[in-house]
Amino acid sequence: MTDSSDDKAGAAEAAKAPSAFLEVRDLKVHFPTDDGLVKSVDGLTFSLEKGKTLGIVGESGSGKSVTSLAVMGLHRAARRERNKVRMSGEIWLDGKELVGADPDEVRRLRGRRMAMIFQDPLSALHPFYTVGNQIVEAYRVHHDVSRKTARKRAVEMLDRVGIPQPDKRVDDHPHQFSGGMRQRAMIAMALVNNPELLIADEPTTALDVTVQAQILDLIRDLQKEFGSAVILITHDLGVVAELADDLLVMYGGRCVERGPSEKVFSRPQHPYTWGLLGSMPRIDRDQTDRLIPVKGSPPSLINVPSGCAFNPRCPYADVPADDLTRTVRPELREAADGHFSACHMAPEERERIWTEEIAPKL
Amino acid sequence: MTETTETTKTAETSETTKTTKTAETSETTETTGTADDTTQVEPLLRVRGLVRHFPITKGLLKRKVGAVQAVDGIDFDVRPGETLGVVGESGCGKSTTGRLITRLDEPTGGSIEFQGTDITHLSQGKLRPMRRDIQMIFQDPYGSLNPRHTIGAIVSTPFRLQGVEPEGGVKKEVQRLLELVGLSPEHYNRYPHEFSGGQRQRIGIARALALKPKLVVADEPVSALDVSIQAQVVNLMDDLQEELGLTYVIIAHDLSVIRHVSDRIAVMYLGKIVELADRASLYETPMHPYTTALLSAVPVPDPRRRTQRERILLKGDVPSPINPPSGCRFRTRCWKATEECATTEPPLVALRTGHQVACHHPENAPQERPVDAT
Ligand SMILES: Nc1ncnc2c1ncn2[C@@H]1O[C@H](COP(=O)(O)OP(=O)(O)OP(=O)(O)O)[C@@H](O)[C@H]1O
Ligand SMILES: Nc1ncnc2c1ncn2[C@@H]1O[C@H](COP(=O)(O)OP(=O)(O)O)[C@@H](O)[C@H]1O
Ligand code: SF4
Ligand code: SF4
Ligand SMILES: [Mg+2]
Ligand SMILES: [Mg+2]
Repeated sequence: MTDSSDDKAGAAEAAKAPSAFLEVRDLKVHFPTDDGLVKSVDGLTFSLEKGKTLGIVGESGSGKSVTSLAVMGLHRAARRERNKVRMSGEIWLDGKELVGADPDEVRRLRGRRMAMIFQDPLSALHPFYTVGNQIVEAYRVHHDVSRKTARKRAVEMLDRVGIPQPDKRVDDHPHQFSGGMRQRAMIAMALVNNPELLIADEPTTALDVTVQAQILDLIRDLQKEFGSAVILITHDLGVVAELADDLLVMYGGRCVERGPSEKVFSRPQHPYTWGLLGSMPRIDRDQTDRLIPVKGSPPSLINVPSGCAFNPRCPYADVPADDLTRTVRPELREAADGHFSACHMAPEERERIWTEEIAPKL
Repeated sequence: MTETTETTKTAETSETTKTTKTAETSETTETTGTADDTTQVEPLLRVRGLVRHFPITKGLLKRKVGAVQAVDGIDFDVRPGETLGVVGESGCGKSTTGRLITRLDEPTGGSIEFQGTDITHLSQGKLRPMRRDIQMIFQDPYGSLNPRHTIGAIVSTPFRLQGVEPEGGVKKEVQRLLELVGLSPEHYNRYPHEFSGGQRQRIGIARALALKPKLVVADEPVSALDVSIQAQVVNLMDDLQEELGLTYVIIAHDLSVIRHVSDRIAVMYLGKIVELADRASLYETPMHPYTTALLSAVPVPDPRRRTQRERILLKGDVPSPINPPSGCRFRTRCWKATEECATTEPPLVALRTGHQVACHHPENAPQERPVDAT
């Protein structure tokens, strides 16, 4: 992986089409601002197969939403308007590269082959139009059918996501729906064209636990039924554990750990992942006296700490020799089958720290 | 055949209703008398039949057409030195309860006693001395600090409002408080926007502690913070409680956080307390169906558990507090609901020592019906 920071959109000389359904390679999304260049996403690589769910976790501002908007091609729309965002790297969807592709082509893919669920359903639903009309429109953009047929499809989708009396509620406006129902309506709209890739950005953060459980169940069922690929973005480790096959942990715009979620939860490799696990009180474990917080606060994305971005907060920053941690940025390395992490400590050392010092305290 | 069954049923129902009623009356009297009979200690705060209805008005004449029953008759005690957790879904009345017991809002019914003094309807002037003893920490670490004031000015506000001159001067005391909550005394002249969410929440805590309060009510103190920062604030509150002998009421919707911080927990649903118990009983043997459902819905950060866990999926959403269901308010979502649940409101009664629940058909109950407990 070369570290070319020049902004050649679609610089895909060496690129060959990957075999995975979605593959993101060395994605960078930078925003020039008055205070300096915000490196929201700074070299992110992952892939995802159909029928699988990838969970992306990380603290506020770690670049989760910026990543998802990049995949959806939504920064590019903004770029034309304000000429602001700088994007590089490759995003391959089913053999087609999107970063360098024609914006109109990406727009056609959006809504049909890939769709998104946002944290705040009110921002995705228009207040003036009925829920039904909005689903009908979303369907007719990509299908040449009569309004009547599309309406039937809308009712069917509302029913599918568990809205009671869908044939009546289809004519309601978004404000007549409760929070949980709006989230369902948005899911219905996102799924009306059977997208092959669904990105859910904090789909349940605004919801109560009992409704959250309903929505997570719904996403799980729909995925089983349609076999789509799902990216689930959240800050809640509990929520990803419910759904994700693979897990990607982000810190300061980069991936610090990635792997099968069972492995990441049972044998986490990165000190930041340990920190996240130690910070959260757990209802499934015996009561602990103390939480183990991560000291300090999340990094600035304008002045990202040199070397490992986590070093000012890492209790083990002095373990790697020669001050490596503060001078050289650690690359992602595969420690076990499909399990990657970016830390200068030797894998055996981390294994020891995890088993002897961290795991017993969780 | 059918007839007989029917008759028996009716008889049974009516009889039960009767018994329950009797039980209710006697139990209520008992509860009012000795509230939580497990300790002899005089409670710091005693809340009885607390009600807050927000009128809904219509038209120019502001005709009253209804009311939001935000808090609708709740009883609880807060004992000195303990942490009482209040948990429930959005809109169930948690924040309103917090504002009532700190008297930032006035109840429309019931009573609040603080250290034996009735403060239910005290005027702002009469409340002033009380304000030193009861402080509140708010959810939003961004909105609750005035952006134009320095940290020094913010944390010293309580001294100015109360006309108190601390020993050694205001500045010295404020710097001591900043150190106490893990900030640096040099932060005195800086502004809120220079601080992260976790640091701002510390500033809010320092302000709340300025007058050495006895009771601190914290409404969602960590929910706006990132996980790694939440843990810092939770540990800080824990240390301060130990150091200063504080009593907390902590309001939160996160059941894992509530379990970590609380000694006893009140579960609210639509303006009512449906269950009130010490931590271990509540989490190990929840009795109210709503509590059971809530606990089963908490996502657990362990992928291996997701197939083993049995989850109770509740149907629908929380009904409107303007028109709450008759009888038991949870009945529209409860899988155990019977006819009785629609007609008779279940009272909050102690089914075990230190474990109160409001349900006609509780889970994990030593006896099937609350009736037998009397
Ligand atoms: N248009 C923009 N201009 C400048 N900076 C931006 C822009 N959009 C996002 N950022 C910055 O990029 C960083 C990552 O933002 P992002 O929205 O991806 O965070 P996130 O991980 O989704 O966080 P959260 O959990 O709070 O949603 C933040 O520092 C944010 O302020
Ligand atoms: N000032 C007010 N006027 C009218 N209704 C209110 C007011 N404050 C709160 N409510 C209503 O009272 C109910 C309980 O609110 P609240 O105590 O804020 O809930 P919680 O903190 O548990 O989420 C909600 O239905 C809310 O909309
Ligand atoms: S590279 Fe150094 S600072 Fe970064 S996680 Fe590893 S030990 Fe900690
Ligand atoms: S009283 Fe009836 S409806 Fe209410 S929780 Fe108990 S069983 Fe369910
Ligand atoms: Mg986001
Ligand atoms: Mg609230």
